[in-house]
Amino acid sequence: MATVGRAVGVAPRPGFIEYLWSWVTTVDHKRIGILYGLTTTAFLLVGGLEALLIRIQLAHPESKFLDPNTYNQIFTMHGLTMIFLVVMGYNATFFNLVVPLQLGARDVAFPRLNAFSYWVFLFGALLLNLGWLWGQAPGVGWFGYANLTSVEYTPDLGTDFYVMGLQVLGISSIASALNFLVTIINLRAPGMSMFKMPVFSWMTLVVSVLVITAFPPFTVGLIEVMFDRLFGTNFFNPAAGANPLLWQHLFWIFGHPEVYILVLPAMGIVSEVIPVFARKPLFGYPFVVFSGIFIGFLGWGVWAHHMFAVGLGPIANTVFGITTMLIAVPTGVKIFNWLATLWGGQIQVKTPLLFAALGFIAPFIIGGVTGVMHATVPSDYQQTDTYFVVAHFHYVIMPIVAAFFAGIYYWWPKYTGRLLDEGLGKLHFWLFFVGTNLTFGAQVVLGFLGMPRRNYTYPAGLGWEPWNLLSSIGAFLIALSVLVFIVNALKSLRSGEPAGPDPWDGRTLEWLTPSPVPVYNFAEIPVVRYRDELWARKYGPHGERAAAAARPNPDPNPGREEVHVHLPRPSYYPAVAALGIALGFFGGVMLRPAEVGGLGPLGWVLVGLGALITLAGLYGWAFEPAD
Amino acid sequence: MAEATHPAHVEHYTSTGIDHRKILMWLFLGSECLFFGSLIATYQVYRGQSLVGPHPHDVFNIPYTSISAFVLLMSSLTMALAVNSIRLGNLPATRIWLLLTALQGSIFVGGQVFEFTTFVEHGLSLQVNLFGTTFFVLTGFHGAHVTVGIIMLFSLLFASLLGKLTPAQALTVEIVGLYWHFVDIVWIVIFTVVYLLPY
Repeated sequence: MATVGRAVGVAPRPGFIEYLWSWVTTVDHKRIGILYGLTTTAFLLVGGLEALLIRIQLAHPESKFLDPNTYNQIFTMHGLTMIFLVVMGYNATFFNLVVPLQLGARDVAFPRLNAFSYWVFLFGALLLNLGWLWGQAPGVGWFGYANLTSVEYTPDLGTDFYVMGLQVLGISSIASALNFLVTIINLRAPGMSMFKMPVFSWMTLVVSVLVITAFPPFTVGLIEVMFDRLFGTNFFNPAAGANPLLWQHLFWIFGHPEVYILVLPAMGIVSEVIPVFARKPLFGYPFVVFSGIFIGFLGWGVWAHHMFAVGLGPIANTVFGITTMLIAVPTGVKIFNWLATLWGGQIQVKTPLLFAALGFIAPFIIGGVTGVMHATVPSDYQQTDTYFVVAHFHYVIMPIVAAFFAGIYYWWPKYTGRLLDEGLGKLHFWLFFVGTNLTFGAQVVLGFLGMPRRNYTYPAGLGWEPWNLLSSIGAFLIALSVLVFIVNALKSLRSGEPAGPDPWDGRTLEWLTPSPVPVYNFAEIPVVRYRDELWARKYGPHGERAAAAARPNPDPNPGREEVHVHLPRPSYYPAVAALGIALGFFGGVMLRPAEVGGLGPLGWVLVGLGALITLAGLYGWAFEPAD
Repeated sequence: MAEATHPAHVEHYTSTGIDHRKILMWLFLGSECLFFGSLIATYQVYRGQSLVGPHPHDVFNIPYTSISAFVLLMSSLTMALAVNSIRLGNLPATRIWLLLTALQGSIFVGGQVFEFTTFVEHGLSLQVNLFGTTFFVLTGFHGAHVTVGIIMLFSLLFASLLGKLTPAQALTVEIVGLYWHFVDIVWIVIFTVVYLLPY
C-alpha cells in the first residue's frame, strides 16, 4: 500500500541494499524503463565491441586476428545482440518510459507483468550470451538455418544457447507486447480517442500486434530445433524425409515482421520529435498512422523475399517481389509527411532534430531504396550473400539507432530532470553520422565489387582493401560517437542544466508532468480534447494565442504535498518467476551430453528446479494482493 | 490504483469499459492461434512424407478418439454452465460445474496418455518417422494446454472452497472459461486435420 505523499525527507534514508531491493521489486513503468535502458545500453557496448572485432579482422586481407570459428561466433552474436537485445531493448525502454505518460495513465495495465517482462529479458539476454563461458557462443548466424543447427553439424552448445536463449526472450517480448496492447486499448485518458493518440503510442500498438503474432511461429521453429537436438526428432532431418526449408519459412515469417517490429517505434519517435522542433503539427497525421498500420500488415506478406535464391519458383518470387516493392509506398508516404512537417516550420536545430531528420530520414532512404533493389528478383540473385545486403540492412538499422538517440536526447530531461549538453550532442551526432555513412557506404561499394558476406577473411588483390579499411575506420568513428554520448550522459547526471517540466515546448501529455516524473505520473488524470493536447492548452486549439501570450505550462500538481495516489505495491515474485524460467531453459542446454560441456540427464534437475521456482513465483504472484 | 480516498473495491477506469484481464486473455488467445497454427502447418507440410511406418492408418482408432473428443466438447458445455452459475451467484452449482469440467478434461488427457502408450506399443515413437515426430509434438502441446486448463479449474475450485471465489470474481471464471473454450476449439481443428481428413 505504497501511499506516496511527500515521502522524500520524511521517510528515513534507505540503505544501499534497500535501494537495490527497491529496483528488484519495482513495478513502476518508469523505473522498469530505466532498467531496460541501462541493460540495453550495456548490450549496445557488447554488440559494438563485437562489431569492432569484426572490422579489425576485415580491415586487412588475410588477417589472422580472429580464427574462423571465433569469427562465426562473433558475427552471429553481433547480429543477435543488436536485434534482440539492443533494438528490441530500446523499443521496450521507450514503450515503458513514454507510452503510459503519453496516454495520460498512471502505469501500464499490468505493472507486475511488466516487471516480469523486464526480468525475463535480462535473464534471457544473459542466457543467450552465456555460451561465451564455454567458448561456444552461437555461430550459426542470427537466422540459424536448418539443418546447420542439427547436432550432426553443430554438436557444440552454441546452438543450444541460441535455441533456449531466444525462446526465453520470446516470452519476454510477448508478455510485454500483450501488456502494452491492453494499456493502449484500455488506459487512454478520458477523451483520448484512438485518433487523438500520439503517433509513438500508435506505433507501439502496431508493433505489439506484430510481436504477439510473429513470435509464435518463431517459437514453434525453435521448439522443433530443440526437439531435434535433445530428443532426436526428425523435423529438420532430411534422412527421414524432412525438408529443412520449413525452418526458413517459419523463421522468415517471423523475421520479416521482426524488421518492422524494429523500425516502427523508430518511426514513431521521429514522428514525435519533428513536429516539436518544427513547431508545427505533424503533417497528415492519419496518413502517418495508417501508413504504419499498412506497413505492419504488409510485413506479413513479404517473408519469402529473404528466400529468392532458394528456388521457390518464378511465381512465388514474383508475388513476393511485388508485395515487397509495395512496402515502399507507405514508407514513402511517411517520409513525405515528415518533410512536409518540416516545410515552413520554425525549425529549431537541436540534437534530437538532427538525429531524427538527418540521422534517421536521410540514411533510411538509402536503406529503403537498396531494399527495393533487392525486391527485384534478378537483381537480388546478384546481391545475395554479398556485402550489398549487409550495407542495406545496416542502412536500415543505423537510422533506427539514430532515432533512438533522438528519443534519448528528447526524453532524457523528462526522467532525469536535466538536459543533455547540446555541444557534446552535436559532436555525438556528427561523429555518428559520418561514421555510419563511411562504414556502410564503403560496404555498398564492396557489395558491388562482389565481396561475400560471413567470410572471416579475403584474399588481397581484388580491389577490396581500401574500402574495407575505410569501413573499419568508420566503425571506430561510430564507437567514438557512443563514447561521447556516454560522457554526455554522465555529465548531465552530475551537472546538467535543469530542464523544467517542458524544455522543448512539447505537444503531448508527457510534458504536462514535472521532471523528473513523480511516481504517480499525474496527480489528476488529464481530460483530452485535442490531438496535440498540451499544445492546445498552451496556445489554444488553433494556435490563436501568440507565443508570448501562451499560458505557462499549467502545473498539474499545485498542492504536491497533498497528493495521495494509491499505487500498486512492489513485488519480487515477477523476478522469481523470471529466474525460474531462465534456469529451466539453461537446464535444457545442460541436457546435452558431457562430451560437449553439458550435464547429460542431470540437466533435468536444473529443468525441474527452474520449473519449481517458476511455479512458486507464479503462485506467490497470483495470491498476493495486487494493490 | 484508485484514489485512496475511495473504497478499495472501486472499479478501475478503462477506456473501453472492459476489464484489462479479459482483453489480455483474448489477445493471448490470438497469439496462441499462431502458435498452434504453426504446429499444424508443420504437421501438414510433413503429411504423408514419412519414409517408414507406422503410418496413421496403422495406429489410429477413430471411434476411441472420437469419444474422448466428445468428452472434451461436452466440457465446454459444463464450463459455460459454471460461468452462468457464478454470474447468478449460485456457488454450489458453480463448484459442481467446475468439477465436472475439470474431470472431463482429465478424462481427455488420460485418454491421450493411453492413446500415446498404445501408439508406442505399435512402434510409433517421436524418433521413428516424420509422422511420429509431428503427431506427438502437435497433440502433446495441445494436451499440455488442456493440463494447464485443468490446473486452473482445480485452483478455482479450491479457491471457492476456501471462500476466496465469490460472485464478485465471476470475471475470473469467465476468463478461465475463455481459455478452456479455446483449447477445445483447437482440438476440433486438430482432430479434423490429423484424424479425420483421409491420408
